[in-house]
Amino acid sequence: MTLAGHLLRATPRLVPAFLLLPILAGLTGTLTTALQTPGVSAFSQLAHWPGLIPAMRLSVSTGAISTAAALLLTLLITATFSSPAFTLLRRLLAPLIALPHAAAAIGLAFLIAPSGWIARALSPWATSWTAPPDLLTLHDPHGIALTLGLIAKELPFLLLMTIAALPQCDAPRRLHTAAAMGYGRITAFWLTTLPALYPHLRLPTLAVLAYAMTNVDIATVLGPTLPPTLAVQITLWMTDPSLTQRSLASAAALLQLALTAAAILGWLGLERLAARLRHAVTLRGLRLTRLDRPLHAFTAASAILLCATLLTGLISLALWSVAGLWPFPDTLPQSLTLTAWSSAAPALSATTLTTLIIATTATAAALILTLASLQAEHLFALPPTALPWLYLPLILPQICFLPGVANLFLTAHATGGLISVTLSHLIFVLPYVALTLTAPFRSWEPRLATIAASLGASPASIFWRLRLPMLLAPILTAAAVGLAVSVGQYLPTLLIGGGRVTTLTTEALALSSGGSRRLTGAFALLQTLLPAMGFALALSLPRLIFANRKAMVAT
Amino acid sequence: MKSGLHLIDLALNLGDRPIVALSTSIAPGDVLTIMGPSGSGKSTLLAAISGSLASAFQMTGKIALNGTDLTTLPAQFRRIGILFQDDLLFPNLSVTGNLAFALPSAIRPSAARQARIADALSAMDLAGFGPRDPATLSGGQRARVALARCLLADPQALLLDEPFSRLDAALRDQIRRLVFDHAKARDLPVILVTHDPTDAAAAGGPVLSPLGQPLQL
Repeated sequence: MTLAGHLLRATPRLVPAFLLLPILAGLTGTLTTALQTPGVSAFSQLAHWPGLIPAMRLSVSTGAISTAAALLLTLLITATFSSPAFTLLRRLLAPLIALPHAAAAIGLAFLIAPSGWIARALSPWATSWTAPPDLLTLHDPHGIALTLGLIAKELPFLLLMTIAALPQCDAPRRLHTAAAMGYGRITAFWLTTLPALYPHLRLPTLAVLAYAMTNVDIATVLGPTLPPTLAVQITLWMTDPSLTQRSLASAAALLQLALTAAAILGWLGLERLAARLRHAVTLRGLRLTRLDRPLHAFTAASAILLCATLLTGLISLALWSVAGLWPFPDTLPQSLTLTAWSSAAPALSATTLTTLIIATTATAAALILTLASLQAEHLFALPPTALPWLYLPLILPQICFLPGVANLFLTAHATGGLISVTLSHLIFVLPYVALTLTAPFRSWEPRLATIAASLGASPASIFWRLRLPMLLAPILTAAAVGLAVSVGQYLPTLLIGGGRVTTLTTEALALSSGGSRRLTGAFALLQTLLPAMGFALALSLPRLIFANRKAMVAT
Repeated sequence: MKSGLHLIDLALNLGDRPIVALSTSIAPGDVLTIMGPSGSGKSTLLAAISGSLASAFQMTGKIALNGTDLTTLPAQFRRIGILFQDDLLFPNLSVTGNLAFALPSAIRPSAARQARIADALSAMDLAGFGPRDPATLSGGQRARVALARCLLADPQALLLDEPFSRLDAALRDQIRRLVFDHAKARDLPVILVTHDPTDAAAAGGPVLSPLGQPLQL
């Protein structure tokens, strides 16, 4: 075998190693940093922090409640929506998955803030407010705004995962059989389809739970401040310019890891309870047809509200970025101006360029690694890479191992470089690209390869001339997903970039905490536009390239 | 070893279950028909001969073609054409693209290649179809493009995996005759697997089960 052949053969093992190595190194780094404290140990310092218990409680409550609500709504939508309504919602929600977390959160903040669009729309005629009210609609101490933001952002993801898994669940026949026995739609779905569907949703749901508990971007914009969630506090300690809080941050990161592990175990326990409940209902033969109407109405209302919220949030980003004078309580700005855009143009274009360079490099690397490892699996009949490897970086909270990675980079004097940041993005881009591309790659018709080989084509020529072009659409979709994931990354850029690498996301989030709404709107809008353009290209390019190939556009 | 396709004590097993056991020769221009119900190992036999056998199967014995031992040769060097029940035209390529894919690269320059492709299309009554998208062709036209593509690679033997079963009755006779005529004209040894006795009758040669028992039609 040639050197390239050996290299190709090794990639399926290289990919898990690539994901595992930084995670292990990061965790070790976090642990050693937490232990190496002069004087009082970092753990006792942490234990004496007065905000500890509220911060932990906030992490668990916002994380668990938003995950449960997003999952429940996803399942209700799947169960109750008729197929045309479901298709419509899918069309609406699918693009929203490309909406970066930061932009979604900032959009929501622009809506619900005391001086936000909702208050303006109701004032002064309904509220008699002539100045922004002194209400904690944002950063509320119980994390309600944060929970709502998390639900809005995670529901599209869970819904897409459900749509991907549903064809393997034989849903129509199961539902039909149950309906014939007099079961209501929701009960039929719960008792017959969910047991087949949920195993496909378990890892995505756990990833959502871990993310919701430990995210920093949405929690910074919408979450409480005194104290914030544990993850936000860790980030504050990590980015403290004096560097003295790093061991405290690392100790808290370990606590966060334990907390997340406990929450995941608790979630798995709840799954069992839910399964028992389902079993009991099944044995009793409860039809529960009366649930259908009220739950259908509730689901439809929630779904519409959710789409409307995300979309109006986006519109308010755009409007603020071009708003002239816009005093409270006016519903619309008095004039429109491009001042924010033109004055920030140099910063905007430089930041956009940095964002694009990082995103395209990380995505290209992820595509090459994924395609090479899938092709190697196929050529050498290797066992497929196990899914849990790919989910590891998505379930393990970033805040737990990135401080360790950041400290390693700091020791290696590699902090703040574009390459370091790109590598750290790759840890999160690679799993998403691999998850998106694996199924289409494996389901490619194998007899086409047999035919091509019988015509004298080498495996390399089959890959380059047939498989790759035929998989153009899924490859471009995976690229768009990778791009969106990279553009949305906040914590890796912040911690590994050491403040020297700014992307649209770090800039939008930095501005959102007090900067001008016009500038924040401009950065957040650009942050949204990049992934949206990626998805638009991924959808339109195959149609252009294969305009004269009907079978290619249909698939 | 003599010309023709030789299966020498060829045995394919899945664990301890025998799937295929054959020891036979097909002379140039002859057709061997393998008949059996679906799942009986017919397609496994063709996969072994074409070099695309899944690693789950264990193979013993030898496969030889015109004096060359193929047993361990990679698929792309075996020069064995295959037709499946689906035409499996490459959907990303035009009709010409499909045919050019099959034509050996040694045939040059491009004018010569174009001429060969045009000849192949005319021979199948498809003159002028080169720029077409395969997805816009009728079933009979697609089957003929698939046959033209298979023959352009200049195969030394032909494997037929129920290639007529998806065609409607009228078309079926026509395509079947076309395939057998071309194979005969080129003196190719042919293995046909089918579960349709009329295919076997049209092939005219001996009929065996995958485990080597002679079958009467």
